[in-house]
Amino acid sequence: MRYNRLALYGLLGIAAIMILSPVFIMISTSLKSMDEIRNGSIFTLPADPGFAAWGKAWFGDCAKTLGDTCGGLSSSFMTSVKIVIPALFLSVGLGAITGYALAAWKMKGANVMFAALLVGMFIPPQVTLYPLIIMIRELGIFGTIPGLILVHVIWGVAFTTMMFRNFFKTVPEDLLKAARIDGAGFWPLFWHVMLPLSLPILGVAMILQFTYIWNDFLLGLTFGGRAGQPMTVALNNLVGSQFGEKEYNVDMAATMLTALPTLAVYLLSGRMFVRGIAAGAVKG
Amino acid sequence: MNGVELRNVTKAYAGLTVMENINLQIADGDFLVLLGPSGCGKSTLLNMIAGLEPTTGGSIHINGRDVTGLEPDERDIAMVFQSYALYPTMSVRRNIGFGLKMRGMAKGEIEKRVAEVGELLQITPLLDRKPSQLSGGQQQRVAIGRALVREPSVFLFDEPLSNLDAKLRADMRIELKRLHERLGRTIVYVTHDQIEAMTLATKVVVLDKGSIQQVDTPENVYRRPANRFVASFVGAPTMNFIDGKLTHDGDDIVFDSGSGCLPLINVPAEIRDLIGRPMTLGARPEHMVFDDAGISSRVLLAEPTGPDQYVRLAVAGSELTARSGPEQIFKSGSDARILVDGARMTLFDPQSGQALLGS
Repeated sequence: MRYNRLALYGLLGIAAIMILSPVFIMISTSLKSMDEIRNGSIFTLPADPGFAAWGKAWFGDCAKTLGDTCGGLSSSFMTSVKIVIPALFLSVGLGAITGYALAAWKMKGANVMFAALLVGMFIPPQVTLYPLIIMIRELGIFGTIPGLILVHVIWGVAFTTMMFRNFFKTVPEDLLKAARIDGAGFWPLFWHVMLPLSLPILGVAMILQFTYIWNDFLLGLTFGGRAGQPMTVALNNLVGSQFGEKEYNVDMAATMLTALPTLAVYLLSGRMFVRGIAAGAVKG
Repeated sequence: MNGVELRNVTKAYAGLTVMENINLQIADGDFLVLLGPSGCGKSTLLNMIAGLEPTTGGSIHINGRDVTGLEPDERDIAMVFQSYALYPTMSVRRNIGFGLKMRGMAKGEIEKRVAEVGELLQITPLLDRKPSQLSGGQQQRVAIGRALVREPSVFLFDEPLSNLDAKLRADMRIELKRLHERLGRTIVYVTHDQIEAMTLATKVVVLDKGSIQQVDTPENVYRRPANRFVASFVGAPTMNFIDGKLTHDGDDIVFDSGSGCLPLINVPAEIRDLIGRPMTLGARPEHMVFDDAGISSRVLLAEPTGPDQYVRLAVAGSELTARSGPEQIFKSGSDARILVDGARMTLFDPQSGQALLGS
């Protein structure tokens, strides 16, 4: 029994080391100077830790760039925020309403529609990328932030609808009947009864959608153009297209900066996230 | 006509007719109980009156108004559910006031009405709690309060007491009866519990397999069942049934089951017309009389219930249950003499199951 415990903790420890060591290397490297990186091992702790590389990653290095910006991540951070907030609220909001309509109201073709949404969820974005580009181009918003937001909403809504629909299906039939007798129509039933019930699922959907949209690279690269370049794309440009010596410390700091918002969201809402998952809402 | 009226109401699911031509008149102020086993269609009927399920044919009238095509909230009804169906995220106060709010009633008026209902049902201290903080009985009160506050002309109850424990159920039963007497509103109440039907109803509708078996006062449903189904469904322990025919035994009339003759007392005169015809005799345990003039039977088992005891007997080729006072002692295997009270027994046609003699 004791050996079992020991083996279990040993295994967990190894897994933790495997996951955390790259993170450790990233943080420690980002705090070093280039001289130290050139001469030392990547596993040594920084001798003289400093945030110079973080500043460079955020504000850019104006001596080195050619264009009107200095190449830092700060401007694309704002672009990401402008993309994530509307895309998040639209995809979660529309998913909640659609899921509610599918679950609580008997409509002709509801099941067919739900099946279509499920199929939509399982098709990888790469497959429909080209037709989607044509669609967005025809709408005249290709290469703009609204265009990218629309693409994220289209992709997100299938997933959020499924989450909300499955949750609302667990609401007892009698509750819906009681609301009908009380005279609550489509919107009052949604606002006063269903949405307040779905708070845990709402939290989970928000977190998952935030992570997905923030971390997205492919859609941002394809649909964002120059104006709508999210942080992930800017990070790729920063890391991949520098002249001269590779500044590992700046690359590491930039990567950490890009990952920080999702990390913060998980840490701040971790408990709610677990509770939502435990509510049996995330299926499929 | 005031009250509720169902005219030729029909219900079909995907072409399968489950209820056909239901006609029912519920007078204003009636406490009507729809009684039947599960699957008999009583809840479907209630949902159709509420407007929660569409009718396939026929029409429903409430206070003389055809409501067949109207939404539930336009029908002047309120409903109480078995599962209470309180809104979990709202306080008791908001739960009760929600229907009024949906009607666009002014805030002050809602407050006033909620307070009145809280007073009436003695739930005032609970008004600011959430439903999850209440016991089952308290939740049921809130659910009733939510119906009362609307002041509808018809209340619909769907097995409202089934989720309560026995003691609480008895208390709530009394309270419902008081409430009905006080408010005088029409109530349609669905249950499978015959005690609830007997104690609460001014009128009972017994349903089986989607059709009405009998509509009558609780007393008559018990004493003069229209057919064998009603006779066996109402009453516990259940009625005894013996196949056979009436014959003469000298001057007396007895019931001949083929393997023995049950003597009858207090025989009504009109029974003589039925002599010789094959039939089923139905006698409740309290219609069986222990008497020295009776037929010999063997005691199988005695079940004392406190005020009474029920004695299982092997008699004339069948097993019957008879009621006796608690003082007499019945030993298993001993002999007892039994006869049937002819004034209170019911006779059925063996084929159709319909009661013979105008009941």
